[in-house]
Amino acid sequence: MLSRVADSLYWMSRYLERADHNARVLESNYNSLLNPAKESRVSRWNSITRSLGLDSDLSNNDAPWSLLSFIAQPGNRSSILGSIASARENASQVREQISSEMWERLNRLYHEVTATSTRAEFGSEPIRFLSLFREGAYAFHGVTESTIPHGEAWHFIQLGKYIERADGICAVLDASYSSPEDADDLDWIGLLTSCSALDAFRKVHTASLKAECVIEFLLLDPDFPHTVRYSIERVQYALSAIASLTLTRHSRRIERMIGTLRSSLAYVQIEEVMARDLHSYLIRIREQCKALHRAVHEVYIDYPPEAVLEN
Amino acid sequence: MAANASLLPNSVHDPFSNYAFTDAYDEMFAAPGRPRPHYQKLYRRMLQQSADELQRSKQQADISFLNQGITFTVYGREEGTERIFPHDLLPRVISGAEWDVIERGLKQRVQALNLFLRDVYHERRIIKDGIIPGELLYTCSQFRRHMRGIKIPRDIYVSICGTDLIRTPDGNFVVLEDNLRVPSGVSYMLTGRRVMKEIFPRLFHQCGVRPIEHYSQALLATLRSLTPDGRAHPRIVLLTPGIYNSAYFEHAYLARQMGIELVEGRDLLVHDNVVYVRTTSGLQRVDVIYRRVDDDFLDPLTFRQDSALGAAGLFNAYRAGNVVLANAVGTGVADDKAVYAYVPAIIRYYLGEDPVLNNVETFLMTNETERAHVCGNLHRYVVKAVGESGGYGMLVGPHSTREQQDEFRKRILADPRNYIAQPTLALSTAPCFTDDGRIEPRHIDLRPYVLYGADEITVVPGGLTRVALRKGSLVVNSSQGGGSKDTWVLYQ
Repeated sequence: MLSRVADSLYWMSRYLERADHNARVLESNYNSLLNPAKESRVSRWNSITRSLGLDSDLSNNDAPWSLLSFIAQPGNRSSILGSIASARENASQVREQISSEMWERLNRLYHEVTATSTRAEFGSEPIRFLSLFREGAYAFHGVTESTIPHGEAWHFIQLGKYIERADGICAVLDASYSSPEDADDLDWIGLLTSCSALDAFRKVHTASLKAECVIEFLLLDPDFPHTVRYSIERVQYALSAIASLTLTRHSRRIERMIGTLRSSLAYVQIEEVMARDLHSYLIRIREQCKALHRAVHEVYIDYPPEAVLEN
Repeated sequence: MAANASLLPNSVHDPFSNYAFTDAYDEMFAAPGRPRPHYQKLYRRMLQQSADELQRSKQQADISFLNQGITFTVYGREEGTERIFPHDLLPRVISGAEWDVIERGLKQRVQALNLFLRDVYHERRIIKDGIIPGELLYTCSQFRRHMRGIKIPRDIYVSICGTDLIRTPDGNFVVLEDNLRVPSGVSYMLTGRRVMKEIFPRLFHQCGVRPIEHYSQALLATLRSLTPDGRAHPRIVLLTPGIYNSAYFEHAYLARQMGIELVEGRDLLVHDNVVYVRTTSGLQRVDVIYRRVDDDFLDPLTFRQDSALGAAGLFNAYRAGNVVLANAVGTGVADDKAVYAYVPAIIRYYLGEDPVLNNVETFLMTNETERAHVCGNLHRYVVKAVGESGGYGMLVGPHSTREQQDEFRKRILADPRNYIAQPTLALSTAPCFTDDGRIEPRHIDLRPYVLYGADEITVVPGGLTRVALRKGSLVVNSSQGGGSKDTWVLYQ
């Protein structure tokens, strides 16, 4: 597969996951912000939006307005609209490599979102907008799953999606847990909802929301798709499939990196994490994700020709 | 005109009642009410069908084109530049006997032009023998001095060629223009056929139409036959300028049909005069490039420095014989509109044969008497810039204003080498289905596609019939309001 094509597929998928993640996080936190104002909640909103790369110097009471700008901030690549536009741009570069259904879905999503964001009533109902977007994203995932061969292209799509997801969950965990002593049940519900994890969590831990349980679930649960451990396992699966399809000898470094990360998540105990420092633990995972991204880029996408030609 | 009464079922409206005849040769009718033999079946079918049924067929065809994503891009307009390729519902029919002449003529022509190109870039015998003035070639903007003395595999310069033919009022096909650089449109021929088989399956079967579906295989075989020696499993790629190019749909379509990689300049890398493509499995050597990028943009080190569409070092790898480009670099010198005037002489010179297909009478503006004559009678001529294509830079005399004529006169006098003139030709007409549900004659041309490989010359029976969809218009280019028709070449 052409490196350029793999790169576009990867980024298409990453950007879409980013938009999806941001939509969920914004929606759930906006909902908890609608409850009677509490100082800590506003500062949490601010730290969360900052963690999404959405720059806010907005004061307390104009959350609805700032939500709007996060969705459709002109020129902001991190706004939801910006991410969808980037996803679509990448998809258009490789239109022949994806199925026509995938292209149509993504294209339609882009046009719907753009059209809605310029309409007047958008301002009064930002939440409806977010759910419209999320439905479109779900449809795209479904179509992707069932309309292209699960070969190299598909694995690059999965890689982009889950590396972005692992990173996103770490970021939102980190931002939510910055001041755990002020957090109440509503905040924990907000956090779980932003990972679509509330129902799944209740099934495992019942409705008693202990901070440690919430963190453990989102970080280490092996079965739920919106957890760090699950995402990293999918990343490992995609990477080993790609390695065996491309027969690149240079993939060993990547194997080692992902293997280390995955086993640390598989064997670590939440008590250990909390006893040391959650913040630095999350930072380390995010750094490992970044290093993995760079390594993939160097091995498969933008490798120096000398490295290949010498052999 | 009234249709032949015996063919008309009772109480059916005659869809040809508005069919207005002109001086042009009509493809369907020998005389009002008398269709030519090879058009009989189509004619009967049209009489049996109500306007509503035709309208429905047309809608069905539109949807089919839309679903296949058959679009092209128009330059020079800001908004919504991607359009569905306009097409006409009724096929254009060519009899087996007529086609045999066309096929023979095209093969002869492409052979002669290849010999000519080889000569131009090597011994230049044709100039020394005084057949064609050297100045004409060296002043051609498409002449590539870099190609002098370079050995081309099997001496095949033009392996993919699209020749524009028109039919004159006497019924003969003549060549209007050779497209020897990166001819386009073949994807419309292939997709149009697919749609027609969906719309008129029975008629198609009854008529006995020669198939064209093997074009992609023939193209791949042609490209493969050009492989440099010693490369048993050649990697063949299609080089496209990218998604913003007007013919991108076609590039993607052909690559998919042939099962080869669609690459952009940035995917290629040249090292030690070998071309590689960058893949996730490492660099892979490239042997043959079907390039849909113009000469000027192929290599920033040799041609235009500002080009990002090619690959640095590509031309040197080409010169070293490590990669084959199809078509070769510098073929444009043979489809220059002024050189065109010499093609009959070129055929006689290299092959010792008379041309099977004639040229359109052409006046060179470098010739003083011809220039004076044309400039005094601009309203009667079609003037074309020699390097332009796609219907740009053209004056259609009878349809022009006095200001436009003055403008062109100035341009001709300022740069005579850049212009030629041809008499206004009555392109033949064929029945077309109009928006208001009637059948009316419209002017058409024909672009068949010739493939010249190391082993054989293939002319797929058919081609792109282009239609000037506007009533009375003679301009068939898709960028100027033209559309296409499926072309049915019959066995009989």
